[in-house]
Amino acid sequence: MLKDITFGQYYPGNSLLHRTDPRIKLLILVEYLVFVLIASTELAMAATLLFTAFIIAVSGVRFGILIKSVKPLIFVLIFTAVMNLFFTVGEGEPLVAWKFIKIYENGIRNAVLMLLRLLSLVLGTSVIISFTTSPLELTDAIESLLSPLKRIKVPVHEFAMMMSIALRFIPTLIEETNKIVSAQKARCADFESGNILKRIKALIPILIPLFVSAVRRAEELADAMECRCYHGGEGRTKLNVRKTSAGDIVFLVAVTVFAVSVFFLDTVSWSEVTEFCRGIFSK
Amino acid sequence: MSYALELKNVSVIYGKDTPFETVALNDISTGFEQGKITGMIGHTGSGKSTLAALLNGLNKPTSGEILLFGESIWAKPKEMKKIRSRVGLVFQYPEYQLFDETVEADIAFGPKNIGLDEEEIKSRVRLAAEFCGLSEKELKKSPFELSGGQKRRAAIAGVLAMRPEILVLDEPAAGLDPKGKEEILSGLTEYKNTYGATLIIISHSMEDIAKYADSILVMKDGSVYMQGGVEEIFMQAERLFDAKLDLPQITKLFIELKKRGITQSTDVYTVGYAKKEIEKIINRA
Repeated sequence: MLKDITFGQYYPGNSLLHRTDPRIKLLILVEYLVFVLIASTELAMAATLLFTAFIIAVSGVRFGILIKSVKPLIFVLIFTAVMNLFFTVGEGEPLVAWKFIKIYENGIRNAVLMLLRLLSLVLGTSVIISFTTSPLELTDAIESLLSPLKRIKVPVHEFAMMMSIALRFIPTLIEETNKIVSAQKARCADFESGNILKRIKALIPILIPLFVSAVRRAEELADAMECRCYHGGEGRTKLNVRKTSAGDIVFLVAVTVFAVSVFFLDTVSWSEVTEFCRGIFSK
Repeated sequence: MSYALELKNVSVIYGKDTPFETVALNDISTGFEQGKITGMIGHTGSGKSTLAALLNGLNKPTSGEILLFGESIWAKPKEMKKIRSRVGLVFQYPEYQLFDETVEADIAFGPKNIGLDEEEIKSRVRLAAEFCGLSEKELKKSPFELSGGQKRRAAIAGVLAMRPEILVLDEPAAGLDPKGKEEILSGLTEYKNTYGATLIIISHSMEDIAKYADSILVMKDGSVYMQGGVEEIFMQAERLFDAKLDLPQITKLFIELKKRGITQSTDVYTVGYAKKEIEKIINRA
């Protein structure tokens, strides 16, 4: 059950996005999130979708993997869309009015927009960061981007180290969990039957050994790090120093320009566009 | 000869029909004799642990059948609990499965799951602790206060308390000092003799296996490489090197002597027997 999670997993590759400096990718992600959330008109949403399609194409991530990453979210997506559909109160006459259910034109619009927005958020974030950036690169990038905060005594390096250790131990703990589950099953433990209270109780023989071993591992790791003279970030240098290339800067600037144009597109409504076009043709 | 547990054309393939397909066990047919200790030995990745997890139905073979006293263990998947109480499985480093407040309660976990009554559970816990060399005082302690070796004993006792007819142990003595190893293995032998149980001990130490087992099953690359009585296997001791196994020091000595034409026998695995053999050689010379 734990092996089917693709959301947040890294897929090695050599696409444009894989090669881009992770720091630049983080900045691009911030811009992307801003314009996806801003886009509220048809035009702006179309531009956003175009960008999402472009970024997916550029990432070289296989379509099947993308589908798999969206699958667990289908319920949330549909739920939000349905909520928007039924609970948006629009102007004018409702399209459908049956007992207490009223659907307005605006509701349909909101539902579709919200669905596309969430889909873009999930796909964009996974493609820009998780699928194309190894956890190590990511924590390095975060450390580097936040390093100005060191001046005001924020322990940036320690945060980054904690994050990479946490990420590093996820597969280890999954493996450990599987082992403990098997061992308790061999002692005839039953995880699959009984009411909910019984099932929660059945988890105790798994959780306690898991916590004990997590703490033990943490202690061992701390000792091992101290033995190798780890003393925090002060004066520490990196083995691989990431350099931002000219291409990275171009990428970032291009996305920024795009973000600004989405911002302007958002102020233009569809009716204004059609009127504008009509104006050109009538001349 | 009656088999307590029999495997018929058992194969296990991981990730079937994907690019990651690996064959863990390849068409294995073998049996484990009732009331005997079988030592299962093999190099890392030879499929020993995969095989162990099949024997009590934790994993299902991709193909083939596993028969417990002639009945397929997968005949009634809903009664798997019963199978697991009859075929006890002790994993590698079982001490990481301990969880309860006291050692006594932890050992009682298995019998409780089977649904035995209080009295029966109590007496079984006492007996299991005795076989594993745990004292009354230790039973009242928290399992997390025990030393490494005592934790191992407590965990093994947790499986023994279910009183399995067949007991499979994956490296029960790994990482223990020689005295602790000796005590655990002889305790297990005692359990076997008391209840007429069948024991399958997985190890990669030929030395331990030779000492306690009645017969040996050698695994190599997911197949049965050799199988037979301890002497039979040691007769062909040189073949064991091909399965990347290490032999007892004393056997290695006799292989070297055989190479030099001084002796013919390589079925030497105890120091006592070696002494006699060497005396014979000296008397001849």
